[in-house]
Formats: sequence, C-alpha cells, structure tokens
Amino acid sequence: MKERSLTLALMDPPYESANSTTALRIISVALEQGINVNVFAYEGAVCLPLKDQSPHANPVKGTTVEEEEHPTTKAFVSSLLAIGKDGPLLTWVNCGLCVDERGAANVVDGVKRGSPADFFKMASESTNTLVIPTK
Amino acid sequence: MTRYVFIESRDPFESCDTKFIEETAIAVKERGHDVTVFLVQNGVLAARQNTGRLGRLAEAGVTLLADNFSLRERGIKSEELAHGIQESGISKLVEAIVQEHTKAIWH
Repeated sequence: MKERSLTLALMDPPYESANSTTALRIISVALEQGINVNVFAYEGAVCLPLKDQSPHANPVKGTTVEEEEHPTTKAFVSSLLAIGKDGPLLTWVNCGLCVDERGAANVVDGVKRGSPADFFKMASESTNTLVIPTK
Repeated sequence: MTRYVFIESRDPFESCDTKFIEETAIAVKERGHDVTVFLVQNGVLAARQNTGRLGRLAEAGVTLLADNFSLRERGIKSEELAHGIQESGISKLVEAIVQEHTKAIWH
C-alpha cells in the first residue's frame, strides 16, 4: 500500500486559539494511524515549540505549578516529535523569517528551520495538505 | 469525482460567513461530488437540534460530522444533535483527508 502523508500549515500562536489544540490532535491521530506528517509552522505558530515556555501556578485558584499541571505547547510538540521519530515520521519545520522576527529560535529538539519553499515541497509530495489559517 | 471535506470551526452566531460553507458545500454536492462538513471547536454550536442551522446541508445529502471532543467541551450531548449529524472522533476527519482526490478546506 502506498505510504500516506499529510502536510499541515499552522499560523496561530500558542495560547490564542483552539486551532492549535485541534492541529495537535490531528497530528497525534495521524501518527497513530501510521500516516507521515509534515508541519510547516508560519507566523505566530513558530512559537508553539518555543523552549522558553514554562508552566505556571494559578493564583486565582491558589494552586501550585505541580497542582495546576499547566500544559505547554512545547511539551506537546516534543511528545509528538518523539512519537514521530522513527516511523511514521513527523517533520516539523519553522519558517526561518518568522522565527527571526519573533526572536523565537530557542525551540525544542527536532524542530527544523526552513522557508515557504519547504512547505511547497512537502505539499507537493503529500497525499493531502490542510492549511489552518488565523481568522 | 472529487471528495470535499469542509472543516467548520466558527460559531454561526458569531460569524455570519459560516453561510459560505453552507452555500459552497451544497453547490459542490449539486455538481455530483462527495461532500463532508466536519464541525469542530465553536462550529459544533450549530449542531444542536434547537438551532435549526444545518437542515439544508442534511437535505442536500452532505455528510455532517461533529467532533466529540468539541461537543464535550461545550456540554452538548449526543441526544441534543440535530437529525442527520453524527458525533465523530477526529480520527474520522484524518481518515477522510488522507484519501486521494480529496480537498480539505478549513474555515
């Protein structure tokens, strides 16, 4: 059977929109189904794997960092990259210009730097492509 | 035949342009294509029986799926869904969009 692959273009920054959660769910399920996944993170989405993110306590509820178990997108991306290390593969490319604009180069291991030319190549070679734009 | 999968993430009470999906999906279906509308995030608010929002799509023979995670987040139960709308996992969306000759459109 022909190997299937899905390319996603993401644009939303973390903690702004439910789009990020849905995108991470799609990636997770696709890997579970044995589908190779390419992600091209553009604009604010390059901050999804930003290493400097840290979980926080919730002073309103009076909970500690440990009690709050605040999920970070960098942790989700790291986990997905670990799952998609050997096959099915997850390739995550951050747009280099978007990274430089935002000073967002300190990302979790496994994230690559690229350009829209990478997105074009990934889309051309994939079974399908889904673009999740900002509103 | 091309398959079309429209992914509607917008709340119909907030975004008037959800009409765009309804009209486009029906037009594509009338041209003989296989069409699915997958409701996700605030898009599932249109799936409730008492909103009467998606009747034209169901009548046109468009497959209507509502993401179970988004339904749960918003406290919408299966029995509240309008006729013709099936509760679905995100895996069904992934299966649908990795088929050949399929166009996936996010809105």
